[in-house]
Amino acid sequence: MEALLTEGGTIIAAFWMTVRLTAVSALGSLVLGTLLTAMRVAPLGALRATATAYVTVARNTPLTLVLLFTGLGVGANLGLELSDDIATNNFWLAVIGLTAYTSAFVCEALRSGLNTVPVGQAEAARALGLGFARTLALITLPQAFRAVVAPLGSILIALTKNTTIALVVGVAEASVRMREMIETYGDQVIEIFLGFAAGFVLLCLPMGLAFGWLSRRLAVAR
Amino acid sequence: MSVCTTLYEPPGPRGVRRNRVLTVLVVLALLAVAAFVYARFDAKGQWAAEKWTPLLRADVWATFILPGLAGTLAAAVAGVVLAGLFGLVFATARLSDHRWVRIPAAVVVEFFRSVPLLLLIFFAFFGSYVLIGVNISAFAAVLFGLTLYNGSVIAEIIRAGVLSLPKGQREAAYAVGMRKGQVMRLVLLPQAVKAMLPALISQFVVLLKDSALGLIVGYDELVDRGLNGIAANFSNVIQAAVLIAAIFIAINMALDRLAARLGASARARPA
Repeated sequence: MEALLTEGGTIIAAFWMTVRLTAVSALGSLVLGTLLTAMRVAPLGALRATATAYVTVARNTPLTLVLLFTGLGVGANLGLELSDDIATNNFWLAVIGLTAYTSAFVCEALRSGLNTVPVGQAEAARALGLGFARTLALITLPQAFRAVVAPLGSILIALTKNTTIALVVGVAEASVRMREMIETYGDQVIEIFLGFAAGFVLLCLPMGLAFGWLSRRLAVAR
Repeated sequence: MSVCTTLYEPPGPRGVRRNRVLTVLVVLALLAVAAFVYARFDAKGQWAAEKWTPLLRADVWATFILPGLAGTLAAAVAGVVLAGLFGLVFATARLSDHRWVRIPAAVVVEFFRSVPLLLLIFFAFFGSYVLIGVNISAFAAVLFGLTLYNGSVIAEIIRAGVLSLPKGQREAAYAVGMRKGQVMRLVLLPQAVKAMLPALISQFVVLLKDSALGLIVGYDELVDRGLNGIAANFSNVIQAAVLIAAIFIAINMALDRLAARLGASARARPA
């Protein structure tokens, strides 16, 4: 127990990195996922095929491999430098990897959300003379978002837990700190584990509750 | 008809022409991206034959890829079996009539569902010496994590399956004189597992992908053999990663297709 207390500051710093990774990647995944969804239902076969191929590849590759690929491949080998500071550079590489992976799941959720929107909505929009882009942006996508709030919450919780894998590109988040602390305070393994586990429960539990509440509040009454 | 196909009118002659132009533009944009990546790879010598040809050599497959694949599949298969057992036991426990069984089972399932898998693996791997006096192998640590995490998710899937069954199933089983255990084992669980088979297979895909975390504690699996084995010998980390990703994608797509087929047949004749 003392280890958790004396190291409180460094643990909070590590969890702060987890929160930052989660927040930035979540925003990125939402944007990219929405774009991919739009591409998957677009009138152009080429766009549909591109988005489908992307989602298949990203969804079926282990996240460890995706992050190693962004770290070793894109970062070290292709020389993509996002910042002079190594820590900042690694942070953004991790964000790219997490976003690339998570956006595929956001796309799948949104696409199933589109299927819950009654066909009449899109037909009415077309009858008013709206084209594809405006039908999607003004009529169907907003309703799809409201239908998939709960699944998006599950994806966000999964993303929070997945940020632990960012250690493979050298981001010092919670899991790195936990491993260091187990090595330093070998006699307090159980307390350390329960402390870090509690940190994740504290992060994820409010998210689950908030998204559950939001999904009931935002549900489209039909 | 799904909404996806009703988002736009069937294009007329002008629309067809416009779509053709746009398709050409999209293809050109994709080609531009491809050319950019090609040029960046080329500048770093990534297209050099000596970086790609090792991936086709029999000895590379025999030394790295096949043993790595065996490691991944061993962890995944053992994980599926143990997580499946864990799921069956805890789903039953959460459905128990006794509060003293139901509540602890719920706490266990909810706890392991919300802790990152990597923390479980670290706990088992680095903490085992202090806890049980021996250092457990990386395989055991990975299996520990895969079982508890995925087992908890599977428990929830099975529980949802049991709850989705019509009440008459349980009542009929009691009416013919079955006891509680028999009702669960002979009537409810088989139907729940069958109804939830697509979701269970999706979870097995997750489990297979998660087994790649073994790399972090040095378990000898496909990603480890590929990136630390092949890439160290031929300095072709990108090429090795592409090959390994392709193997994972092929296995997972096959499992996905199986799940879709099972889902379709379950809808065709409901349990």
